[in-house]
Amino acid sequence: MELYIHIPFCIRKCVYCDFLSAPADMETIAHYMECMEKQLVREAASFQGKIIDTVFIGGGTPSILKPEQLSRLLAAVQERFTLAAGAEITLEANPGTLTRTKAEALKAGGVNRVSLGLQSANERELRLLGRVHTYRDFLRSYELLREAGIVNINVDLMSALPGQTASSYEKTLLRVLALHPAHISAYSLMIEEGTPFFEQYREDEKLREDGGTPRWLPGEESERAMYELTGVLLAEHGYERYEISNYAKKGFACRHNIGYWTGEAYLGLGLGASSYIEGIRFCNTSELDEYLSGDFAPRDVQKLSKNDRMAEFFYLGLRMSAGVSKADFIAQFGLRAEQVYMQEIPELIGSGLLEDTGARYRLTDYGRDVSNQVLWRFLLG
Amino acid sequence: MTDQSKIRNFCIVAHIDHGKSTLADRIIEKTGLLTSREMQSQVLDNMDLERERGITIKSQAVRIIYQAADGEEYIFNLIDTPGHVDFTYEVSRSLAACDGAILVVDAAQGIEAQTLANVYLALDHDLEVFPVINKIDLPSARPDEVAEEIENVIGIEAMDAPRISAKTGLNIDEVLEAVVEKLPAPGGDADAPLQALIFDSVYDPYKGVIVFCRIKEGTIKPGMTMLMMATGAKAEVVEVGYFGAGQFIPCEELSAGMVGYVTASLKNVKDTRVGDTVTDANRPCEKPLPGYKKVNPMVYCGLYPADSAKYPDLRDALEKLQLNDASLQFEAETSVALGFGFRCGFLGLLHLEIIQERLEREYNLDLVTTAPGVIYKVHKTDGEVVDLTNPSNLPDPSEIDYMEEPVVNAEIMVTSEFIGSIMDLCQERRGVYISMEYIEETRAVLKYELPLNEIIYDFFDALKSRSRGYASFDYELKGYVKSELVKLDILINREQVDALSFIVFAGTAYERGRRMCERLKEEIPRHLFEIPIQAAVGSKIIARETVKAVRKDVLAKCYGGDITRKKKLLEKQKEGKKRMRQVGSVDIPQEAFMSVLKLDEGNR
Repeated sequence: MELYIHIPFCIRKCVYCDFLSAPADMETIAHYMECMEKQLVREAASFQGKIIDTVFIGGGTPSILKPEQLSRLLAAVQERFTLAAGAEITLEANPGTLTRTKAEALKAGGVNRVSLGLQSANERELRLLGRVHTYRDFLRSYELLREAGIVNINVDLMSALPGQTASSYEKTLLRVLALHPAHISAYSLMIEEGTPFFEQYREDEKLREDGGTPRWLPGEESERAMYELTGVLLAEHGYERYEISNYAKKGFACRHNIGYWTGEAYLGLGLGASSYIEGIRFCNTSELDEYLSGDFAPRDVQKLSKNDRMAEFFYLGLRMSAGVSKADFIAQFGLRAEQVYMQEIPELIGSGLLEDTGARYRLTDYGRDVSNQVLWRFLLG
Repeated sequence: MTDQSKIRNFCIVAHIDHGKSTLADRIIEKTGLLTSREMQSQVLDNMDLERERGITIKSQAVRIIYQAADGEEYIFNLIDTPGHVDFTYEVSRSLAACDGAILVVDAAQGIEAQTLANVYLALDHDLEVFPVINKIDLPSARPDEVAEEIENVIGIEAMDAPRISAKTGLNIDEVLEAVVEKLPAPGGDADAPLQALIFDSVYDPYKGVIVFCRIKEGTIKPGMTMLMMATGAKAEVVEVGYFGAGQFIPCEELSAGMVGYVTASLKNVKDTRVGDTVTDANRPCEKPLPGYKKVNPMVYCGLYPADSAKYPDLRDALEKLQLNDASLQFEAETSVALGFGFRCGFLGLLHLEIIQERLEREYNLDLVTTAPGVIYKVHKTDGEVVDLTNPSNLPDPSEIDYMEEPVVNAEIMVTSEFIGSIMDLCQERRGVYISMEYIEETRAVLKYELPLNEIIYDFFDALKSRSRGYASFDYELKGYVKSELVKLDILINREQVDALSFIVFAGTAYERGRRMCERLKEEIPRHLFEIPIQAAVGSKIIARETVKAVRKDVLAKCYGGDITRKKKLLEKQKEGKKRMRQVGSVDIPQEAFMSVLKLDEGNR
């Protein structure tokens, strides 16, 4: 089982961000941490004996917590849950919020992987995204983590930003590659509803979707060119693209995230956090007031049918470059995938979107570029 | 037996929006058959759709009792008439059931095109007409001028016309007294052989067909065998009665001069055509009443269920609607693109829209409608003449000698400042100028001969937009004329889509083809391959557009908290696909089949 812990606070909300996160005062944060510990204690009690393989503390910006708060949280996790030997424990951090004390507290608390949100090494692009840090801040944070003894570091990057060119993006990639991080996540910008970016670029994006020439966003050809560049350049430097937007040096793929794509059970603690336990998806309240009043009742409870689970097997599993295993499908559902998707699989293979490697199915390069058009075909009923 | 001299059978004629239905409501209210509380607004329009659109679709009638100033009790039969050019024939039969008419004229707007058309229609049926001037409560009311206008333009006395506000109820009594004084009582001999005019019929699941009729001669009562003289249908009369407000009130008999209903064990309104004459099968009258004609559809289109499994449901629904609407015609047809459906005939575009909406609303059907067209006459080289209602059935050009298309006589009333732009419009639509008459200094009636296929789409909208809403329009079928017509085909991904073909005047084929391709490019979503859209006449491609292939459709991230939300997006994508029609390997949205309707101004 996996554990996810949500810290819904940040210094300032970025203009593209649609995560559940907002700035808050110290008192609120302290109160939140108390509540969450209550939930943690309660849930841990009901999952006695379950082995936790991975922990992911995400946000928001978990690194804005004080060193004592970080230590206390990590201690509670270690004390209340049974962690597997060598469990992967990741914390998300933003440049500029890390200090030497915090880095040391993380290391001492068992964190062995940190995900740093850089997004771009270009100052203009950082300002455009509403980031609170500079590239120098990032370098400093990266250094602090290395000095504290954390070697498994991920760097988050974004491409297809408004006004971004292939050459400015390549510069960002090269600067980051020079640091040799273990892992790189490189996302094509998604214009999410409810963000300032949505207001600003929705029409531009629509234009691009319809095949026109957008005014600010890169056109679809240059958007794809940046994506392809990421794959080529990172491969040259020894990183494997193991999922649509994730790249790792050998042995450093994120185990926690792979769990999401392979149907692992996970427990979510904190505001709005999602869980998937025994075939049931649910989440915590997204209202801070409710959460702070100790309301931990599950919301949006959905019991997945066998059809749902078969569909998820494909639509999550095919995100990974390795694709899905035919044997796993049979083991989980007692049926061959070709029996369930009698029409779909041959059609997708026929149109060059899906590939049969013998033991597995995986997306072709074009299939990945248009993966939504492939994935919906696996929905049943 | 009722004293004929105490009966008044009348209708109200008006231009749309001049207050006909409101006045009818006030009259019903004043005569006290209903309390104010029972009054729904606009009692006569009892279909929801009618109320929403503010127009009367089916004729209705109501019998009310009026205590006149002379102390006598009068029976009023108020017959409501449909208010749209599509239903001109039904209007004429309703008028034939009356002896008089109230002409309502808006005190601010004055006489409009429909006012004239309806008055002339009433006068044609020898009805006594008296005017009332409505909406005198409006600040812009000019009742004296309007009265003068009525006298000058129509030539009926109007100086003592009741000046009313149907909205506020002002001076309605004057109208009721005028009905008694100015409109004639009916004639006819109750002992003569039965002769009754059908002015409407509806289907009721319990009573079967209910025939609305005006007894001209003789008497009808239960037990008689009635004969419909045009259709030849016979049936035993089960019940006769008159119209309460919104209900049927049975009585012993209906005699000459009366208006009421008759039920017999008839299952289909096809047997009881509007305009037909009912007589006694055992003692028939010498000849039927004049004026009957079988109404024929003028506009045809294909109706297909969006979900092909719903084909039987669509057939049942059409059958049910036809029970009540003899002018709706349909027959099964098959389209390569759309599967099984029906080619349906309508009186006009409004009729089409009403049926379409009723199917969707009352029968919960999701429909794909193909472009409406008219009936073309195809003269083949072997001398055969084919009525063409579906473009796909056009014979091979080598077999065609020539083709004819229907034309109408159109009357457009317009204020002088817009005459130029309206004439331009008629010109663009291949109109042939007939005449122009000024009915007063600032207003004229333009007469044009126009091809029906040029006006069924959006002519009315274009007319309104080019006259800032002031022009009004009426037409009647004139006949067929020889014309240069071609079939415009649409090829999507190099496959011809039969449901998108339409017949078009050769001179406008290029322009229409080009716009059609542009329109379809907007409607058809991007696929995983490039899709050429082409317009062709015969084997010649006259226009082309391309829908580019999808380059990217991918979610950059999908972690634990995103899974449910992202799955919904995929479900939506799947749903969207379901709502499309697969033609070859291309998914075409249902709306695209109506694209041809959106080619012209106002919609661009």
